[in-house]
Amino acid sequence: MIQYTLRRLGLMAVTLFGVSVAIFVLLRIVPGNIADILFDSAGMIDPAEKQQIVKDLGLDLPLVTQYAHWIGGLLHGDLGYSYVSEKPVLDEILPRIPITARLAGLALLFAICTGVPFGVISAVRQNSWLDYLLRVVSLAALSMPSFWLGLLVLMAFVNWLGLLPIYDKAPATTGAAILMYCVPAATVGLRSSALIMRLTRSSMLEVLRQDYVRTARSKGLSEAAVTFTHALRNAMLPVITVIGIETAFLFGGLIVTETVFNIPGVARFLVEAIRWRDYPMVQNLVMFIAIVVVSVNLIVDLAYMLVDPRIRLRT
Amino acid sequence: MKRSGFLLAVACLLGLSHAALAQKQGGTLRVTHRDNPPSASILEEATISTDMPFMAVFNNLVVFDPASPVNRLDKVVPDLATSWAWTDDDRTLTFKLHHGVKWHDGQPFTSADVKCTWDMLTGKVQGKLRKNPRKTWWFNIKDVVTDGDDTVIFHLYDPQPSIMAMFAGGFSPVYPCHVPANEMRTHPIGTGPFKFESFKQNESIRLVRNPDYWKPGKPYLDAIEYTIIPNRSTMVLAMAAGKFDLSFTSDLTPELTKSLMEQVPTMQCVLQPTNTQGNLLVNRERPPFDNEQIRKAMVLSIDRKAFSDILSQGVFQVGGANMPPPEGFWGWSKEYMETVAGYGADVEKSREQGRAIMKALGYGPDNMLQLKVTTRNIPDYRDAAVILIDHLKSIYIQAELEPLDSSVWYARLARKDFSVAMNVQGTGIDDPDVQFFENFLCGSERNYTSYCNADLEKLFHKQSQMKDIDARRKLVWDIDKKLQEDGARPVVFHAEAGTCWWPRVHGINIAKNSIYNHWRFEDVWLDR
Repeated sequence: MIQYTLRRLGLMAVTLFGVSVAIFVLLRIVPGNIADILFDSAGMIDPAEKQQIVKDLGLDLPLVTQYAHWIGGLLHGDLGYSYVSEKPVLDEILPRIPITARLAGLALLFAICTGVPFGVISAVRQNSWLDYLLRVVSLAALSMPSFWLGLLVLMAFVNWLGLLPIYDKAPATTGAAILMYCVPAATVGLRSSALIMRLTRSSMLEVLRQDYVRTARSKGLSEAAVTFTHALRNAMLPVITVIGIETAFLFGGLIVTETVFNIPGVARFLVEAIRWRDYPMVQNLVMFIAIVVVSVNLIVDLAYMLVDPRIRLRT
Repeated sequence: MKRSGFLLAVACLLGLSHAALAQKQGGTLRVTHRDNPPSASILEEATISTDMPFMAVFNNLVVFDPASPVNRLDKVVPDLATSWAWTDDDRTLTFKLHHGVKWHDGQPFTSADVKCTWDMLTGKVQGKLRKNPRKTWWFNIKDVVTDGDDTVIFHLYDPQPSIMAMFAGGFSPVYPCHVPANEMRTHPIGTGPFKFESFKQNESIRLVRNPDYWKPGKPYLDAIEYTIIPNRSTMVLAMAAGKFDLSFTSDLTPELTKSLMEQVPTMQCVLQPTNTQGNLLVNRERPPFDNEQIRKAMVLSIDRKAFSDILSQGVFQVGGANMPPPEGFWGWSKEYMETVAGYGADVEKSREQGRAIMKALGYGPDNMLQLKVTTRNIPDYRDAAVILIDHLKSIYIQAELEPLDSSVWYARLARKDFSVAMNVQGTGIDDPDVQFFENFLCGSERNYTSYCNADLEKLFHKQSQMKDIDARRKLVWDIDKKLQEDGARPVVFHAEAGTCWWPRVHGINIAKNSIYNHWRFEDVWLDR
């Protein structure tokens, strides 16, 4: 178990190194740099002034030197300064992480709390009206683009309740924060919920046909015990994988939801930073998301071992 | 008669005192903001995204009268300057300054700050500003000298009455000498009615009341909070729900303005020119566009009304380089416009002339001129470029759209690396000096088409020195006509957009010919 974890941690380090090189190179391949963008807003181009900006920001240094500066700083906890705000990158990123974490956490909670039970119900009541209803709803949820759904939800709130659940200032209390994040979390979590529900259903249907489930029933176990103790635990393996993937997505892929609900989270900030070619900001944000993704993958792999003893024994 | 006069006077006094008493102190004005400003330094930016939120932090030497609905030379009133005087040769301008004004950090404001600001803007002091987008505005300033703490003197090369309009514009605040330029980009210090409190990237900007403001009793608001909402649909819903008091200036398209007024009948909305125009850029150094005839044919293909109808349901205006009336002061009258080639009502007739030119050059339905229309890849530019491509087909030009990322767009324009481009550009002030010197002067950085006409340039200077406004306007019309007919940068439309606010907001007075001024908020108050 320890050896397995250590091996995974080693792989994590290699993956992160690869991501760091990829993002560094990709950003430099994209046409234009911060000096171009700064002059875009002013609409004026004085080559001397522009060259000075390039020099001041160290963009005229060889790429290897620039990369070494960044990674060296990163390892020492110095993420550099944003080209746009001229503030330390850490000061810009840190306040945004809890915002995205709360939104992603609530969305995930919503997705799991609705997706798994409805999936189980749908499987247990296969081909009943409830099963059909849940399948239609989940298909609709999967098909709806989140920006459209988000706007529909906002319109419904404005028209029927006369209020708008968007982020306009930092909530003062935990209760206020939960209330504010609930609507966007449910909106973004609906897709994940539908995915988890459909996967749970198909996985459960497969497991429920297994011999050991029939054996459990023939032993006289209650249907609840058969479903939840014997079937669900085995059906959860693919669901855990999807939950892992969704967690990673929710940390970096919330751009649409953050834009529609005006939430100043990591994803919206990342897109804006890319637009500005704010290299220190983009590189560090992408690294942060990469760390979240590989960490979640590690947790998922470790969770497999907890859920399925056969994996533990094989490793 | 005497009695009725007395009653009228009493009524007026009562009315005035009522109006004065009605102004309520306190409250936070909540304003939407369309995007993240590149920085907080007005002098270094050329976007309303910086100008509107940070104008309230500063003062100018003079301003356009906040109570007047137009920004014009005869509407310039004192701000940090108590008075100004020209010498007889109109080459020296002396400002007397307010005494006892303090910067937000407690330092005294003096004439040295004014000198320092314009030394930076004219490029006499290097390295203080990272960018200086309006350097051309101040080309006529020879030097700035101080005479004690309360007097500052501007020496000009030539007379230029309209320099006062540039001093009065929102883009010309006075900066403190003692604060480094990089700090002004992140934490601006001014003398204005509101102090800077915070600027959270992509989130919000907050200004708070300056309790030591040098204009007694002002401002009325406790704070102004801008929330950055890049998504227009969310912004409109937020306005309708009453989450905000005021929308960002000209952030609403004509259709959205109409829709918001239908949703909330009490909403106050103003549709106004945005000081931006769509224009056609033709690179006259690159064959075959070095041929004047092709450029002329292209101008004749444009149906300006169609642009207005498609892009704004007929709200966008047609005109030359200067903003058209009634809002604009220097634009052509309707009758004059009819005399300009390509501006006639009969578009088909113009296109027929264009086709004849192209045929004479060897082009036709079976041999169309192939080209790329380069544009910036954002809707305002792209939509107009698509319409342009359609119009060019009418004179045997088969064009392909080349959308460019913003980061590449200006760099390509600066390198003249384009053949034909669709451009949308803004102008800070409704004044011909800004328009002509910035965009059409030989060798100007912003003269993207490299149009250069020495005779016309003499007229640029001549109009700039004229004091007689009517005579100047006549000359400006003629210059503009020549520019359009030469295809220097054919103007396709003048954009308009809306600003809305709830009736609880009082004291908002939008200038109909500029979106860049009147955002000091010192007279604005809330009745919640």
